[in-house]
Amino acid sequence: MKLPLLIFSFLFAAVCHGQATATKALKSTNADINNSIAVYSFEELEPLLTSDSNKTFLINFWAMWCAPCVKELPILQAYEKEHPNVEVLLVSLDFPEDIETKLKPFLKKKGITSKVIVLDAPNANSWIDKIDPNWSGAIPFTIVFNAKNRAYYERAFEDVEDLKNEIKKTIKNK
Amino acid sequence: MKKRNSILAAVLVVSSLFISLNVSAQDHRNGPPPKGDRKGPPRGNHNPEQTKTLEEIGGYKIGDTATDFKLKNVDGKFFSMADLKGAKGYIVVFTCNGCPFSKMYEDRLIALHTAYASKGYSVIAINPNVSENNERESFEAMQERAAEKKFPFVYLADEGQKITPLYGAVRTPHVFLLDKAKKVQYIGTIDDNPKHAEDVKIKYLENAINALENGEKPTPNFTKAIGCPVKPNK
Repeated sequence: MKLPLLIFSFLFAAVCHGQATATKALKSTNADINNSIAVYSFEELEPLLTSDSNKTFLINFWAMWCAPCVKELPILQAYEKEHPNVEVLLVSLDFPEDIETKLKPFLKKKGITSKVIVLDAPNANSWIDKIDPNWSGAIPFTIVFNAKNRAYYERAFEDVEDLKNEIKKTIKNK
Repeated sequence: MKKRNSILAAVLVVSSLFISLNVSAQDHRNGPPPKGDRKGPPRGNHNPEQTKTLEEIGGYKIGDTATDFKLKNVDGKFFSMADLKGAKGYIVVFTCNGCPFSKMYEDRLIALHTAYASKGYSVIAINPNVSENNERESFEAMQERAAEKKFPFVYLADEGQKITPLYGAVRTPHVFLLDKAKKVQYIGTIDDNPKHAEDVKIKYLENAINALENGEKPTPNFTKAIGCPVKPNK
């Protein structure tokens, strides 16, 4: 009676710890980064969409079912590898119940090591305008920002050059 | 009993550890600003840039008169809105075969058509992504899907995307509710929960149809949703 409970509490502790570190988010580029994928509500995501720091952030909304998004992922990944100082966050609109069975295997297969979180916020009409009133809701959708500047892209980047130019335009020349 | 209590205590200690960890995790993420005091997502302050605004995407706005069309239905015949005699409105839905969001709404579209066609409001589904090069979105695949689901409404192929850009459909599903005079009265999503029909709180489209039926203007008349992108025709 006692042993299983003890084991349970240790497991519980381990799982909780894993989750807590996952929500810390947005760090490191190692291959294990998506071993644990956190599910965010819109209210939890919102603070991540702005920053006071000097860093450059790239937040990309995508999903496995979105073909142009999937095609764009390697471009974002390549950019992140070249610019480790830029914080890349991939906000997946896939279903939370698909994380273990589909999303993790997908990321592994595609070799995606950028940080991924899942946004679970059904009533999109209530939050799309809070991100950008010009956004129709189609994905891929990308926000590039730092403390001073910000740009929205309701399109897929064509290649790393395209992305580099856009980020330069947004962050540097203002 | 004592042993149990000590284990319980251990679990409690562990859980409080979890809570504190979680709190520190929250802190790490800049933390939400206090209510009413939030800065962002910043608008105005610093010239947000966008590659393509909704205006540039074009398409109909509320009050515009929508064009009729002549598109091939899954039964092989061509269909126009003019074919619907005595219609009081038109529920034009851009949707497709492969998009998970489209699939999740198939049963709800069937239910809407079943409930409202007899009142003069028929669903008219249009596939903007039809392509012979894509086996999931070919005309044959559309016919198969329509047969499988026993669509009671027409399912039309917008070959060459002649109609989609005129309406300004950018994702699937994307609804344009027209009144009797084909004036656009509602643009947007079907309801507020794509994934769980049973958890829907606001039936945007159905409310809009009921408003037209009562001689009123739908409110809201414009909503947004996440959907699959309409694949630009190249």
